[in-house]
Amino acid sequence: MAHQSSRAVDRRAFLKLAGAATGAAVAGGIPGIVAAQKAPSFPKGTKLSILEWVSFVPASDVEFKRLAAEFGKLAGVEMTVDLINMNDLNPRIASAIETRSGPDIIMMINNWAHLYSGGLADVGDLAEEVAKRDGAFYEFVKTANFVDGHWKAVPLCSVNPTWNYREDWFKEEGAAKFPDTWDELRKVGTALKKKGRPIGQAFGHSLGDPNQWAYPITWCFGGAEIDDKGKVVINSKETIEALKFTVAFWKDCLDDGGLAWDDSSNNRAFLAGTIAATINGASIYFVAKRQFPDIAKAMNHAHMPKGPAGRFYSLGGQARAVMNYSKNQQVAKEFIRWFMDRPQYDKWMTTNDGYVCGPTPYWEKHTLWEKDPKLVPFKESSKFGRWPGYPLPPSRKASEALVKYVLVDMYAQAIKGMKPEDAARWAEGELKKAYA
Amino acid sequence: MAEQRIEPILAEAARPGAAALPVPITVATARTRRRPPRLSQLLEREHILAAVLLAPTLTILTVFIAYPFVLGVWLAVSDKVVGRPGAFVGLQNFVVNLNDAIFLRAFQNTFIYTFIATILKLAFGMLAALLLNNHFKFKRIVRASMLLPWIVPTVLSTLAWQWMFDATFSVFNWVLMNAGLINKRILWLGDGTLAMGCLITVNVWRGMPFFSITLLAGLQTVNPDVHEAAEIDGANAWQRFWRVTLPLIKPIMLVVVLFSMIATFADFQLIYVLTRGGPYSSTHVFGTYAYEIAMRAAKLGQGASISLFLFPFLLTVIIFQLWYIRRSD
Repeated sequence: MAHQSSRAVDRRAFLKLAGAATGAAVAGGIPGIVAAQKAPSFPKGTKLSILEWVSFVPASDVEFKRLAAEFGKLAGVEMTVDLINMNDLNPRIASAIETRSGPDIIMMINNWAHLYSGGLADVGDLAEEVAKRDGAFYEFVKTANFVDGHWKAVPLCSVNPTWNYREDWFKEEGAAKFPDTWDELRKVGTALKKKGRPIGQAFGHSLGDPNQWAYPITWCFGGAEIDDKGKVVINSKETIEALKFTVAFWKDCLDDGGLAWDDSSNNRAFLAGTIAATINGASIYFVAKRQFPDIAKAMNHAHMPKGPAGRFYSLGGQARAVMNYSKNQQVAKEFIRWFMDRPQYDKWMTTNDGYVCGPTPYWEKHTLWEKDPKLVPFKESSKFGRWPGYPLPPSRKASEALVKYVLVDMYAQAIKGMKPEDAARWAEGELKKAYA
Repeated sequence: MAEQRIEPILAEAARPGAAALPVPITVATARTRRRPPRLSQLLEREHILAAVLLAPTLTILTVFIAYPFVLGVWLAVSDKVVGRPGAFVGLQNFVVNLNDAIFLRAFQNTFIYTFIATILKLAFGMLAALLLNNHFKFKRIVRASMLLPWIVPTVLSTLAWQWMFDATFSVFNWVLMNAGLINKRILWLGDGTLAMGCLITVNVWRGMPFFSITLLAGLQTVNPDVHEAAEIDGANAWQRFWRVTLPLIKPIMLVVVLFSMIATFADFQLIYVLTRGGPYSSTHVFGTYAYEIAMRAAKLGQGASISLFLFPFLLTVIIFQLWYIRRSD
């Protein structure tokens, strides 16, 4: 026994020493190491593994991997970067948390920090540090990652959607700029559809686009899923107005393929010149610039029109979480700190070319926005961001309503002929179960 | 000369094999001291050999089938969410399911999807098998190529189908329009009923080769003499098929139907790629709905209860079919 305990003490002493070495590196911080060009101080053999999505901008992934390698070199850490399809992240995260093994850092999308908070380490110090340096995070960014009083992920960016539209075709209908209200848009849209140039919007069950209509239009008309006490209030005069508007808009302005569309259908239709406008990220514009320069020249971006209650987007964004099972939490935090520091973030954001917006207003000043004014609505949209589950934080209950597509299906059923009042009542019943 | 004679003997003794010489002596002593029996002797005992031979299979079954199943049952009766320990909640998850309109729709869809697809696969598979059972040119190539839809990874082939059903670029619409048969595009995946039809079509396309090849194997075991005898007795083609061929290949047919039903019941990829349960939750089946709830809403317990709803039904199907096959044997 004596022999065993002395061995245990030895091991503890070693761990203490190792911890002290790590601490020394942390005290100075990696930026400190970079500035002083000191030899890395993490114990030899330290590994860090990161799991993220495959970005829709390939150059962004290349730059991310390059930056990770650079950090590895500076800090003497062996880096592994694993990029997988966004759809596959959920099962990977679930199994990593349940088996308590896997990557040290995992990307959180939208409200995942709320879904997986039980498996995530507190990163309050880091998030506060970024906010102190770059200004407070946008409200939707903070709400997505601040869970029950704790920062569970460090906000990285958001991929905002705005209206993509054919400036040339809108001008032909007398709209010098994109309509500022929903009613005006309906007027122009009606004229456009008559010419065989409808507006495109998905109402199926794909991950993103259908929700980008369902949530904002409800808010623009003054409706909401729940009130600030969590009571379901969807069955309201305001929601019914939004439903009536959507049904009319569908008939007058929208491409009737919408119910069969997925997230890439509107991209293809816009680039093929079969639709005049659609809500999307900057991906249509990027492809157009490379492959369809005429369309890139003829198109522009604009804000979500205003409704009686205002102008809103449904936004979530990406963040990086340090897993609480990770044995390398300190190194993981150092990597995030280093990446979020301006020199590194600036480079990464530049390669994204306007596809991502920074998590704080500081990045609205980035030079890339000046280079191409057509991208400006993307960065501005962050100010109008809300989230599923608003006005309460985007909890697991909000996720349940989202994955059941309650709001999307409410609109889809109205489009298919259900009376708006009945659709709102149906949604009320479904939401009451989700928010129970 | 004497020296020369000794040399080969020494060389013999120095060879590695020579070291084995004393071994039989050791064994002999061991036997006389009654040491525990050696492995080879143990394996000669039948019950021990059986256990040893079964062990790998049993281990695999326990680790990969029994454990996940028991875990699934536990999850289904708990309120487990990702990252937090779950508590026992009895049948509450199942009660929630039965009060959920989307679940009930998924329930109905799963049955419609399975039954229609299996019947069509059986019908077309049988037809193809009967045709392939004849002699014709390039018989082998045609038979092999029949298997393609079955071999190609579902996700890939389904993506191709997705393009063919696309709202804007559907090749079916293009052909029908150019042939003057329609003047307005058909939204294949834009309507609940039509979308279910599309899903079943793709499933039949993918699963039919399994039926046709297996049934073909069955057909080839049917002795041609029996057919000849029936023909001489005046049976026409339909009667020969219905009264001779079918009864003879019934056991294999039932096995194929059993396998196919289980696979179709638990289908996921095809539906997830094509519709993800949309539009308006009209094409969800157990698999896709369970995935949304368990993975995207992180409610593992609720999700498990949705997929376990299959279990009693599948068990009944399996018991009935196995009983039937045994009885007909």
